[in-house]
Amino acid sequence: MTLASSDPRAAWLMRLGDASLILGHRMTEWLSRAPTLEEDIALANFGLDLIGQTRALYTRACELEGGTRDETDLAYRRAEPDYRNPLLVEQPNGNFADTMARHLLFAAYATPLYESLASSNDAETAGIATRSAREMAYHLRHAGEWMIRLGDGTAESHAKAQAALTDLWPYVPELFEADDLDREVAASGFGVDPSTLRGAFDAAVDDVLARATLKKPAASASAAEREAGTASISATCSPSCRPCSAPIRTQGGERG
Amino acid sequence: MTEAATPLWEVFVRPRNGLAHRHVGSLHAHDAKMALQAARDVYTRRGETLSIWVVPSSAIVASDPSEKDMMFEPTATKIYRHPTFYEVPDEVGHM
Repeated sequence: MTLASSDPRAAWLMRLGDASLILGHRMTEWLSRAPTLEEDIALANFGLDLIGQTRALYTRACELEGGTRDETDLAYRRAEPDYRNPLLVEQPNGNFADTMARHLLFAAYATPLYESLASSNDAETAGIATRSAREMAYHLRHAGEWMIRLGDGTAESHAKAQAALTDLWPYVPELFEADDLDREVAASGFGVDPSTLRGAFDAAVDDVLARATLKKPAASASAAEREAGTASISATCSPSCRPCSAPIRTQGGERG
Repeated sequence: MTEAATPLWEVFVRPRNGLAHRHVGSLHAHDAKMALQAARDVYTRRGETLSIWVVPSSAIVASDPSEKDMMFEPTATKIYRHPTFYEVPDEVGHM
């Protein structure tokens, strides 16, 4: 896989920025549609927090790679396959339980990530991480409190919360899969190896699920593996999806 | 989740040390914890805040607007209750 930037540090920061950009935009889809006025504002705040983190991460990435691009280039002037976000953040908003479950899982990963990144050997990155860790800790609390109330609420809210969790669980392993770039930036003291975050994630999620009377879904093959597998099989026999006729992506990310 | 079934809370915010909590508005939330989070999200977006109180609106005992004259009007004519008849020396500065 080719890196998104000539500078490995920039390429790695862009991954974090891609995740928060996509999730931030997902949150904005709730505007004027949330269940209550109070929650509408809360979700807008979350979107703004995430897009603010994106701007800071992209801006630092551009500085590190030499200043030929800016945050707008990274956010809006790249082709779709160039985004390196985990698939979890792309998942549709669904109902309110789906969005809160997605946010619980992401915040439980992002909070320890930024807490750890706060000791990056790059002072600018450490500063961005310190602020982001505070924001994500609040997101984690808010999404967690909602999951507790939905899970331990009515039979209907429990069923929807459990279904949301089960649907999203296959996207969890990808968050903690480390590749060469992850290991390289972690070894140099700049970044964080995501595989080291799983313990903190499980502790935070287990605590919420126990109080929410929700079951932790069984581990399964990661969604990334399943998607890659499916795409490669389909791409060898058909250039487009039969049911919807959309072009099928090959494993390299090119449109077939 | 209709708002009619959701309890109403009054929100008080203390912006700085040395200032008292001020009533800033109200909101709907299912319980105290969620009310506190909603207050944070709705009322502290644009500035520094040190502390938030949320109080169930039902816990507030209010004066009856129709008794306004009996309750408050008599004080209007008692200007001697205002400490405005003292000369404040310049050295005191702002009081």
